[in-house]
Formats: sequence, structure tokens, C-alpha cells
Amino acid sequence: MEESKLKLYSSWRSSSSCRVRIALNLKGLKYEYKAVNLLKGEQFSPKFSKLSPLNYVPTLVDGDMVVAESFAILMYLEDKYPQHPLLPPDLKKRVINYQAASSVSSSIQPLQNLVEQKYIAEKVGSDEKLSWVKHHMEKGFAALEKLLKDHAARYATGDEVFLADLFLAPQIHDALTRFNVDMTQFPLLLRLNDAYNELPAFQDAMPEKQPDYLQS
Amino acid sequence: MMSSSSKLVLYSYWQSSCAWRVRFALNIKGLAYEYRSVHLRKGEQFSPEFKKLNPLCFVPVLVDGDIVVSDSFAILLYLNEKYPQIALLPSDPQLRALNLQVSNIVSSSMQPLIMQSILKYIEEKFGPAERQLWVQHNIERGFQALEKLLKDFASTYATGEEVYMADVFLAPQISVAEMRFNIDMSKFPTLNRIYKSCKDLPEFQASVPERQPDAEL
Repeated sequence: MEESKLKLYSSWRSSSSCRVRIALNLKGLKYEYKAVNLLKGEQFSPKFSKLSPLNYVPTLVDGDMVVAESFAILMYLEDKYPQHPLLPPDLKKRVINYQAASSVSSSIQPLQNLVEQKYIAEKVGSDEKLSWVKHHMEKGFAALEKLLKDHAARYATGDEVFLADLFLAPQIHDALTRFNVDMTQFPLLLRLNDAYNELPAFQDAMPEKQPDYLQS
Repeated sequence: MMSSSSKLVLYSYWQSSCAWRVRFALNIKGLAYEYRSVHLRKGEQFSPEFKKLNPLCFVPVLVDGDIVVSDSFAILLYLNEKYPQIALLPSDPQLRALNLQVSNIVSSSMQPLIMQSILKYIEEKFGPAERQLWVQHNIERGFQALEKLLKDFASTYATGEEVYMADVFLAPQISVAEMRFNIDMSKFPTLNRIYKSCKDLPEFQASVPERQPDAEL
């Protein structure tokens, strides 16, 4: 049996890892799942640090190539494995995808994690933490509704799955399952989420389906 | 002289490090543009007109004919694809990935945590001392990661002898860290070297906040 040469260092909790898992599934790429227990600090182990100096998940290993950071990994996969393209040929549509992706990864997701950080985590009550996260998610989602309204069809930017969908799906999943965001405020995103729920490539990438689910 | 239909328009604020990235990139690519100021301290980003351009109310926003792009990362990728002269991403896969990683670390792990609205929240809730600690912690964490990533390159710029996307994201962030937040950059010799090289470029010098039309000096 051929050993898959792709290895993905991932955590079930990590929405940025989820983006990459979706991409690997869409492109039909088999990979070895290497669980990194973030709560135990395994990302700082000497072994992982040697591999990935940034101590980040996701980190992809493809032979000699080691890539960290979900966007960089996705672009690498796109260049190396062009089947099921993640970007549309039309530049205008591509740019919408870049904006949606960047909006999630720099305006929503980092602020979601912010309250778990040093100086805040122990000083802020859980109600306030939740309201902080919800506020920023809702702001981001409202902007995404506007960005996508003239472009969305079956999926975020048309009738095929592209990069924006890979960033949206894990974020909406987190909003619904971890933070009780009322997604009915965002009918377009909710509709997209229903569409993602029909796709095995997306479903198989979700946290609940990962080998390390609830183990860390 | 000004053909408004073919000219690029950049909505910017002199002190915005995100807008700075785009100014630097436009200069490197030799692309002329019209500068339109959005006065962030006066709240002009919340005007109905600007909200229409960018519902998140952030600068920069680039308008190129009928294409409107917000978010500096998306704008850089757009510019690189639409105007391929003087590429901002190298063709080598490893270096390409590295440039995207560096850019993302700055734009996702650093800048969003130290932007004005967040710092205001920290200061209001925890006080000015905590604000400074917060800034220091987040900047140093990001720079430590970047220093690790780039330390094996003994080159003029971040990933070689040409300016690429990594430099475009790094230089403004380092400048802000040093000038606005008093971070001691001598702890990060690789980043410091890269910054010095960028500072020597006329394209960088023309992009600095103090030289923008809306600078308040």
C-alpha cells in the first residue's frame, strides 16, 4: 500500500486547519493526519518546532516542502495539484474570493481568538468574552453578506466551490456550534452553510469527523 | 493630464499601516494612482459613501475602473495578477509560500490585534499600562516568529535580492512598531536588516506616512 506523502499537522479545533482539510478533500488528495494537541502545547514540542518554526497548525508536509499558514498552504496546493481549482478563471471573481478569504482570516478569526489571550483571558468573564466574539463575528458576517450578495449563486462566488467557501464554512460552523451566533441574521451565509452541509468534502473536514476530536 | 477613467484610486489614511503596504506596492510596480483620504480619526470611514465601498469600514480600498477591492492582502494579490510587471511574488514555490506566510503573519496575527479600535478597548477595560504590555506582547510574538522564518536568508530583502510581498508587509509594520510603540528592533536583527534595506528605496520613502497628502505634521 502506497504511503501518502502528504502529511497535515492539524487540530480538530483549528478552523484554519479545517480550510486545508476541505481543500485536500476537494482535490482528492490523501494525507496522513498528524494530530497536534494545542491545549497540551504540543505545537511547541522540539520535534514539531524543528519541522515548523512557527509552531502553527496547520502545517503541510509534501516531501521536502513544508508549508505553514492556511493561505500559503492553499496557494501551494493550488499550484501543485491543479485538479478541482480553488480559484475561478475570471479576475473579478478571483478578487472577491481573495477578499472574502482575507476578511475571515484577518478581520474575524484573529479577533475570535483574542479573548483567549494573555492579559484578557483571566480578567474578562465568560459572558463578556462571548459577547466580544459574537460582536466581531457578526460585524464580519454582515460585511461578507454585502460583499457576496451580487456574486453568490449556489456557493459564495458562483455555482462552483472556490476559495471563499473554504474560509466561510469553518467560520460559520464555529459561529453556530461554539458561539451560538444567530445566523438567521445572515440569510446568504446560512444558505451557503446548507449547501456546504451537502458536500462530503466539506463534511469530512469538519471538527467532529477528525481523529483527534474531543481528545484535546 | 488626468484620465480619471483609467486611473487607479486608492482610499487611504496617512497613518494606516495597511494602506502603507499598498502605497509601497503601487510605487514598486510603477503604478500611478489618485490618493483619496479617509480621515480615520474623524470617523470618515463610517460615512455612507465609504461604507458602500467597504462595509467593514477599513482602509485601504483600491478602485480600478469598475473593480473595487478592499483589504490590503486581496489588493496586493489583485495588483500582482492585473499588473504583472515587477512581480511581488517569486516563482519558486518555496519562496512564494514564504512570502505568503510572512504577509499573513503580519496581516492576520499582528496588525488586527494592535489596531486602534482594539487598543482603545484594552485601554478602557484594563488601563494604559496593560495597553502597552498588550502591544508589546503581540508585536514581539509576531516578530519572533518572523525572525525565525527569515533568519537563514542572508540577502538584502526578506527572501532575496528583490523586493517581494513579504517586504511590503514587513516594512510598514516594523516602522509602526518602532515609531509608534517603541519596540526595540535590535532584538530582531534579520527584520532590522530588511527594514534598513527598504528604507533606502525611493519607492518606500515616497510611501511613508509623513509624505502623504493628508499627513498632519
